[in-house]
Amino acid sequence: MNETLKYLLIVFGVLGVMMSIAAGLIWVERRLLGLWQDRYGPNRVGPMGVLQPLADVIKILAKEDWVPPFADKPVFMLAPAIIVITVLLSFAVVPFTPGIAVANLNIGLLYFLAMSSLGVYSVALGGWSSGNKYALIGALRASAQMISYEVFMGLSIMGVVMLSGSFNLHEIVEAQKRLWFIVPQFLGFVVFFIAGVAETHRLPFDLPEAESELVAGFHSEYSGMKFGLFFVGEYLGITLISMLITTLFFGGWLGPVLPPVVWFFIKTFFFIGFFILLRAALPRPRYDQLIRTGWKLMLPLALLNIVVTGGVILAAR
Amino acid sequence: MANVFYISAAVALVSTMLVIVQRNVVHALLYLILSLLSVAVIFFDIGAPFVAALEIIIYAGAIMVLFVFVIMMLNLGAQSAEEERHWQTWGMWIGPAVLGAVLLADLVYMLAQGPPRGFFGNMGPVGPKQVGIALFGPYLIGVELASLLLLAGLIGAYHLGKPAKMAEAGKNRARERGGE
Repeated sequence: MNETLKYLLIVFGVLGVMMSIAAGLIWVERRLLGLWQDRYGPNRVGPMGVLQPLADVIKILAKEDWVPPFADKPVFMLAPAIIVITVLLSFAVVPFTPGIAVANLNIGLLYFLAMSSLGVYSVALGGWSSGNKYALIGALRASAQMISYEVFMGLSIMGVVMLSGSFNLHEIVEAQKRLWFIVPQFLGFVVFFIAGVAETHRLPFDLPEAESELVAGFHSEYSGMKFGLFFVGEYLGITLISMLITTLFFGGWLGPVLPPVVWFFIKTFFFIGFFILLRAALPRPRYDQLIRTGWKLMLPLALLNIVVTGGVILAAR
Repeated sequence: MANVFYISAAVALVSTMLVIVQRNVVHALLYLILSLLSVAVIFFDIGAPFVAALEIIIYAGAIMVLFVFVIMMLNLGAQSAEEERHWQTWGMWIGPAVLGAVLLADLVYMLAQGPPRGFFGNMGPVGPKQVGIALFGPYLIGVELASLLLLAGLIGAYHLGKPAKMAEAGKNRARERGGE
């Protein structure tokens, strides 16, 4: 009974923490962008504006929940849920501390890749079911981008798997006790990070929803809480990628003095901040440039990383 | 564990059935994805987590996305659903129904023989390591043949994509010459 209670506590605790981080990020992102762009950002609701997400939620829930008559209704309703479900399911394998993780799967890393590959359906179906040409173009771009970048996302973490000899995220963290994988796997880290930005379609890679050309891309026809789900899904995605970078390349919960969970969140928030800085700093590339960089630069780099890592491991034996 | 197997098997059967019956192409594809996911659950349940993960990554996550991609580009609407209605007559069910009944009889006979061996945890879960050792040990030839086949497919696709570009370049060159 005690064990069951503990599991339930972990499951709902993780769910609650993730949802509050995603909500909090809305405020953090807007404040940080304000800071970097030399303006205030939201500072009216509550102290320093921290209650802004609450105000946003109230606004978004009170909005008219409109389904366009030309839309494919069931698919239109399903699409925003898919992204949130797949990202939330991925959090199940993230090891927060040695003791706190929802599931200690022996194929944890593959499970994450599987869930992120299912996330593509959300944008593809959302754009298609809207029955709107801008949404459709956004969805086509999004699926092409996500399929291409998924390939090297998978390949880039194979170096980590080879070094630690396991797909289990716990064992990967344990294998970093002597040296964080960022040192031997720097190339893998760079490729994984760029693929991660493309997977969450954040700013330098936000072509699926490029406002200047596509209205709002795949979610042009969405309003109210359905749009809100896409939004929350994006922030959850950023959190997930940051946590995985922490786990795979920066030693997860490992660190001196402070308790493990604190280290884990310090590292995670550092990368979340970096994601937001990217948005503030970088312009958007053209679409063909994005795809070409993917296949002609990132893929060979990821393959090179695998070959060199494998060679070094063999030579060291 | 047996309950999980039967439930996900039922989901797989119903969703696969709906793939055939659905008139809207995208809805049919969605049911196919659901069916693949339930097969992945079955794999996981009978102790093959690695295959389950690959089933989702490769089939549900990559191949089906390409299907959806193509269907989205074709933009089939109400018209194709109408065509589909004409194609699906009651007569066309006879063949598949007979074949399905034969398979069902087979399955019932097998189940009546007692519990299948190597099933439901009679052997431990097969992890990625065992799969790798098997693939690059006794089944190496199969892996090499598959990679040859894929390479041939890759070259074929590259070739099919190439001529248009060449012809265009040739035309441009001809135009330049004409201009001189």
